[in-house]
Amino acid sequence: MKVNMRSIVALGAIAAISSLTLAGCAGSSDSGETTAPDMSGSITVWVDADRAGVLEAAAADFTEQTGVEVTLVQKEFGEIRDQFVQQVPTGEGPDIAVGAHDWLGTLVTNGVVAPVELGDKAGDFEDVAINAWAYDGQTYAVPYAIENIALIRNTDLVSEAATDYNDMIAKGQAAGTEYPFLVGLDPEAADPYHLYPFQTSFGAPVFGQNADGSYNADDLQIGNEGGVEFANWLGEQGAAGILNTNITGDLALENFTSGKSPFFLTGPWNVPAIEEAGINFSVDAIPSAGGQDAQPFAGVQGFFLSSESENTLAANEFLVNYIGSEDVQLALYEVGGRAPALSAAFDQVEASDPVVAGFGQVGANAVPMPSIPEMGSVWQYWGVTEAAIINGGDAPALWTQMAADVQAAIE
Amino acid sequence: MRMSAPTTENRDPAIDPRRRKNSARARRIADSAGVGWKVLLLKIVAMAIIDALALYSVLVLMQSEQWIPIVVILLITGFANYIYFSRGNLPAKYLIPGLIFLFVFQIFAAGYTAYVAFTNYGTGHNSDKDAAVNALLLQAQERVPDSPAYKLTIVERLGELSFLVTDPDGVVEIGNDDNPLEPVENAEMDGSKAVGLDGYNSLNFSQIVANQQEIAAMAVPLSDDPNDGSLRTPDGSSAYVYLSKLVYDEQADTMTDTRTGTVYYDIGTGAFTAEDGTELLPGWQIFVGFDNFTRAFTEESIRGPFFSVLAWTFVFAFLSVATTFVLGLFLAIVFNDPRMKSKKYYRVLMILPYAFPGFLSALVWAGMMNQEFGFINVVLFGGADIPWLTNEWLAKFSIILVNLWLGFPYMFLICTGALQSIPDDLQEAARVDGANAWQVFRSIKFPLLLVAVAPLLIASFAYNFNNFSLIYMLTGGGPRDATAGVNVGATDILITMVYKVAFVGSTADYGLASAFSIIIFLIVGTISIIAFRQTKALEELN
Repeated sequence: MKVNMRSIVALGAIAAISSLTLAGCAGSSDSGETTAPDMSGSITVWVDADRAGVLEAAAADFTEQTGVEVTLVQKEFGEIRDQFVQQVPTGEGPDIAVGAHDWLGTLVTNGVVAPVELGDKAGDFEDVAINAWAYDGQTYAVPYAIENIALIRNTDLVSEAATDYNDMIAKGQAAGTEYPFLVGLDPEAADPYHLYPFQTSFGAPVFGQNADGSYNADDLQIGNEGGVEFANWLGEQGAAGILNTNITGDLALENFTSGKSPFFLTGPWNVPAIEEAGINFSVDAIPSAGGQDAQPFAGVQGFFLSSESENTLAANEFLVNYIGSEDVQLALYEVGGRAPALSAAFDQVEASDPVVAGFGQVGANAVPMPSIPEMGSVWQYWGVTEAAIINGGDAPALWTQMAADVQAAIE
Repeated sequence: MRMSAPTTENRDPAIDPRRRKNSARARRIADSAGVGWKVLLLKIVAMAIIDALALYSVLVLMQSEQWIPIVVILLITGFANYIYFSRGNLPAKYLIPGLIFLFVFQIFAAGYTAYVAFTNYGTGHNSDKDAAVNALLLQAQERVPDSPAYKLTIVERLGELSFLVTDPDGVVEIGNDDNPLEPVENAEMDGSKAVGLDGYNSLNFSQIVANQQEIAAMAVPLSDDPNDGSLRTPDGSSAYVYLSKLVYDEQADTMTDTRTGTVYYDIGTGAFTAEDGTELLPGWQIFVGFDNFTRAFTEESIRGPFFSVLAWTFVFAFLSVATTFVLGLFLAIVFNDPRMKSKKYYRVLMILPYAFPGFLSALVWAGMMNQEFGFINVVLFGGADIPWLTNEWLAKFSIILVNLWLGFPYMFLICTGALQSIPDDLQEAARVDGANAWQVFRSIKFPLLLVAVAPLLIASFAYNFNNFSLIYMLTGGGPRDATAGVNVGATDILITMVYKVAFVGSTADYGLASAFSIIIFLIVGTISIIAFRQTKALEELN
């Protein structure tokens, strides 16, 4: 009898799971995000947990004003891109989702996003934010946050901002700490993202830019003269022990929070840990190593529209006039701690929050991380080559070979 | 046997043994007497829940018109109902849950992988052709530079929607899909915006939302010349002038670039392609036959490093099994000795590495093996400068070392179990015959042990052959030779190489990855079959 009962209960559980799984495979029964067949208006938004609270308030406003229901579905930020790409074609995707601009190449080549017409509002956003979400002449999102690295300075150790790279190292050495300057690198792949401002200061961006600011994959600039100069510089810094691939991101943070260096090149994600350690710091511009502007990569987050949305007008209205509003942008800054993309909100934050203002000022000079698919081929070779050069490899030869390898991979 | 096949008799003590004559009638009576009403009720409730869930899934699936899953669900639930409400079929009652699991988690997944391996599914070929055409046309709608924004009211007459627009100079015009804009007078104004016109009804926002698909698809030509562009609205309250970069000719099935005049044809490669070979992306999914398998062997980035990677994969999998097995067995024998005190506590300690998530351990080890600041160099080797993870051979050694640490508890467990199941009298008999400890182990324990654990060793080999997380987390496949020109490092095994080749940056090639999974499956399967044959021979020896 016992066996019988147990087997039935087990069967119940199993069959329930299986039928749900089957339905789930077809991508439908997952947390009820199917859009209602009722066309009178409801939009579905995929959003991560941090931003869900802000959107709830905006959605309530929107529903009250327009009568259109907004269904929020919480997703892990990092999983949204792939799920969006997979589910939009099945018709089960959302109307709107949150994401990072470097996904754009994937989203566009998969045909899952539709352009967003910002109309005359485009000018209300920071240039870098709009450029980041532009692809082939179209804008694909309402941006809300800009993220980039900057130089964090321990004000107890060095009282004045550095004017250029050599000045920074001199100040760092004068401070008498264990390291003059810290940046987290990977033993195997260095960190092209963190080293990029130094590279651009030698006049060697990855790709050339078209007139409208978008990147031109046919114009690979990384191997130009400035690039080789940068490679030589990397080799020198590696030989001097200032750049050290054994100092990983974790170690760099640990050393900075324990006061072992006055300078730390990092992003806003490490600020909470630095504040917690009680370090007095200021956020400075990134010093130039090669004489030109040191432009870091900017990452821009935004909300984008599905190409298969059946509620485009309502979704567009929500995107442009609600998510693009000053209140929502400020609220999103409150939970995210990143500079808002809307200029009016940015200005307010700049006046009240010196840390975000510091990052924001560096970000105003930043270049969007290329979102074109060809960038994948660059990452493959970039970091390994930098690591090899820092660790004493033949700088010009390695760098030229890398440029050739990237060129071959793109073609 | 006791566990797997309980008979009606011992399931039900209520049966009178005298009536146990195997007649069908008697069994029927026995069954109905045996299953009390409580169990029956439970059965009905459980099946009702399952059926309700199945019905719900079917309804959900019907909305999105996915007929194949519907048929599958109906068949499975129908079959389950039949089995559990019919008499007899006892084996099926036990097997059905397992079979359903087998279908969902094994056969479906394997079948789907095989299906994908023959398509070009991946970045740029994500959906069907209709979706691709739709997306291309959406992306091709470009706002005419420096064109004005029109204030828009959507009006309706006799069921036909029109755009009532006010341009920045205050001129009011009306038009719809078929009739280009023409000026109107006497429009009802609200400030500088025309909000109504005699003979037309103006739509409010909720009416706009109710008709949004139609409105979003409207394109109102500015004039009779299509090159002037047409008005479209993204939100129902403003309109902009757009020109499409692409024109789709449904009859000829071609896309034409309106600026350069280039014509893109569907030539059966899953994307519109121009004569010079440039493709318009997104394309769509098509069957490509054995293309992915051919690419797996011909693609330059794979062919070059393939054999060295394959060799290292074998070495890695073999050494992982051998080292963990030797250490696990040694510890099992030591801890199995009756003279060993407080075995329990040591055993718990032994099993700890097994209890940590593998990828986490790998990350921690990666930190400990840091050349300059890692625990191993700084503390254990007194500040030595050993490149554990950045030298080609040391990295290979480190991988095996970490895998030994991760894997020996498993071997320790199964060896302990197998050792304890070897009857003591065999060893005693051997001792009486004058065998020493080594001889007892070599001739009695080890062969018996091998019979029990050999299948597990084979399974362990297959697992390590595809041990993605360890390689990925510890070395990422590196160290790489920056001058080699390929994105494959010294410790890359087949599966990590496939990952690097099929998923470059944010682009994914699921077709190629699936083809590779099948190739790897064939390799591992072949080895396993040969190895299992060998173990059979082993069994017969004893």
